[in-house]
Amino acid sequence: MRAYVVRRVLQVIPVTFGVTLLVFAMMLLIPGDPARAILGSYATPENVATLERQLALDRPPHIQYVTWLGNVVTGDFGRSYSLNRPVLDEILERFSATLLLAGTALLITVVLGLTAGIIAAVKQHRWQDRAFTVGALVGLSIPSFWLAMIFIVVFALGLGWFPTSGMRPAFGPSGPLTVLHHLVLPATALALVAAGVIARLTRSSMLEVLRQDYVRTATSKGITRQSVIMRHAFRNAVVNVVPVIGVQVGFLLGGAVYVETVFGWPGIGRMLVTAIGTRDILLVQGGVLLVAITYVLINLAADLVQAALDPRIRLG
Amino acid sequence: MSASTASPDQTPDDGVVVPRRGGTTWRRLKRNRLSVAGLIVLAIVVLLALLAPVLPLIDPAATNPANRLQPIGSEGHLLGTDHLGRDLLSRLIWGGRTSLSVGVFATLIAASIGSLIGLIAGFFGGATDNSLMRGIDVLMAFPYLLLAIALVAVLGPGLVNAMIAISIVNIPFFARAVRGTTVSLVASEYVDAARALAFSRLRILFREVLPNVMPTIIITMSTTVGWMITETAGLSFLGLGAQPPTSDWGAMLGAGREFITRAPHVMIVPGSAIFLVVISLNFLGDGLRDALDPRLK
Repeated sequence: MRAYVVRRVLQVIPVTFGVTLLVFAMMLLIPGDPARAILGSYATPENVATLERQLALDRPPHIQYVTWLGNVVTGDFGRSYSLNRPVLDEILERFSATLLLAGTALLITVVLGLTAGIIAAVKQHRWQDRAFTVGALVGLSIPSFWLAMIFIVVFALGLGWFPTSGMRPAFGPSGPLTVLHHLVLPATALALVAAGVIARLTRSSMLEVLRQDYVRTATSKGITRQSVIMRHAFRNAVVNVVPVIGVQVGFLLGGAVYVETVFGWPGIGRMLVTAIGTRDILLVQGGVLLVAITYVLINLAADLVQAALDPRIRLG
Repeated sequence: MSASTASPDQTPDDGVVVPRRGGTTWRRLKRNRLSVAGLIVLAIVVLLALLAPVLPLIDPAATNPANRLQPIGSEGHLLGTDHLGRDLLSRLIWGGRTSLSVGVFATLIAASIGSLIGLIAGFFGGATDNSLMRGIDVLMAFPYLLLAIALVAVLGPGLVNAMIAISIVNIPFFARAVRGTTVSLVASEYVDAARALAFSRLRILFREVLPNVMPTIIITMSTTVGWMITETAGLSFLGLGAQPPTSDWGAMLGAGREFITRAPHVMIVPGSAIFLVVISLNFLGDGLRDALDPRLK
C-alpha cells in the first residue's frame, strides 16, 4: 500500500504544476496590457508601474511565472481592485460557502446514487429497476440551472416550504435547522445530475458482481440475501464507483456556479461570474486555482480510498 | 472498449461488408423502444429548427410591450410571450437553431481534435503518448465547467467563445477513449499485416486504425453532445455565451429568471426544450452504445 501511495502522490506533482502553468497562462493570453487589464478603471500610471514591478511584468514570461508562483505559494494572490481587498481573503470566504453547498450535495449524491443503483440491480427487469433507470436518466438530463428554478417555483414560491434564496453560514449565529432550511433546495438541485451518474454506474457494477461465482457460493451457503448483497456484492461493486465519485465532485464544484447564481448563494462560482463581468483577472485566477487544486486532491483521496478497498490496485 | 472483433471486415477495399455491419447496428437500435422515441423527438426538433425560416412564425425579435408576459395558450401566441411581448414559440424555434448548431459544432470540434490526439498517442506510444496524455491529465484536473468559465474569462464572453471553451473542455473525453481503443488495435494482427505489407504509418493510422476507432468516437459523441448543448446553454444563462440580439435557449432561460414569480412559463418553455433534447440524446446514446458495442451492455 505504501508504494502505491507514494506513486500516486508523486503523480499529483506534474499535474499540479500543469494546473498552475495553465492558470498563470490565463494572464498572458488576455489581450492587451495585463497590468491595465487587472487594474481596469483604477489604472493610474503609478498603479500600473507598481503592479508591473510586483508581478515582474517587464520580465520574460518564465520569470513572471516563477514570481507569480512564489507569491501564490506564500499565500499572496494579489489584490482585487474591484473589491479593494486581498484576493485570498475573498476566495477563502467564498470557498467555505461553496464547500458547504457542494459537500451537502455530495452527501445526497452518494446516498441517493448508491441506494438507487443497488435497488435497480437487485430488482433487475422489475418495475423498481425500470423506475430507477429512467429516473437516473431524467436526473442526468435535467440542466441543473433549470432544475434550480423549477425548485424555486414549486417548493419556495408554490408550497412555501423553503426560502427562495440566501445562505446562513454553517457555524454562524443561526441554528443548524436554519442553515439546513436554506441548504435543502440548492444542494438537491445540484446533486441530482451527479446522483444519476452514480446510480447508473452502481447498477451496472452491481449486476456484474452479482453474476460472479462467489456470490452464488455465498447464497448457497445459506447466507441471508441482504448479507450477500451488502457484505459480499456491494463491497466489490463500490470499488469501481469510488473514483467516479471523485470525478463527480468536479461536476458539483462546476455546477455550483449555476446553482449559486440562481439561489443567490455567496459561493466561489457566483464570485467568478461577477469577476468575469468586472474583468477582475486576479480574482478569477485565484478562484480557479483554489478550486482546481482542491479537485486534484479530492481525486487523489478517491484513488487512495479505492486502493485501500481493493488490493488488486495497490499491488498491481 | 474496443471494436476489434469487427476488424477483419473493415479493410478499406472491402466495400460490401461495411454497409451490412451498419445494417446490423440499425436493426439492433430499432429494437430499443426508448432509443427510437429519442430519435423521433430529435428528428422533429431538428426539422423545426431547419424549417424556421419558412414556417409561418411571428418575427422572434418583434416586441410588443402592451402584450407582455402572456400565458401559454393565449390568442396568437401558443406558448405565450416574454417580458418584451415577443412570441415564445417563435423564439424557441429560432433559439433552437442556435443552441443545436452550437452544440453540434462544439461536438465536432472536440471529437476531431480529441480523437486526433488519442490516435497519435495510442499509435506512436512512448514519449509522444506520455507528453500528450499528461497534457490531457492537466485539462482533466480542472472541474469541467470551471475550466470552461476560465476560458471564457480569457477569450471574453460571446457565443463563439463559449462554444470554443466547451469544445476544449470536452477534448479529454475523446482523447482518452480513442487512445484506449487505438492501443488495443495497434497490437492486433491486421495492423501487423499492414506493417508487413510496408504500408506507410500514416496510411495505417488513417485507413486501417481510424475506421475501427469510429465506433468509439461515435459512442463518445453521443454521450457528450447532450452535455455540450446543456453547458453552452448554461454559459449563455450566466450571460457568458450568446449576447443580445442573438438568443439561444440558455439566454432565454436567463431572461426568464427575472420573471420567475410573475410568469414562470417564460423560463419553463426553453428549459423544457433543453431537457427534451438532452434526454432524447441520452436515450439514443444508450441504444447506440448497446448496438455498436454489445459487450458493454
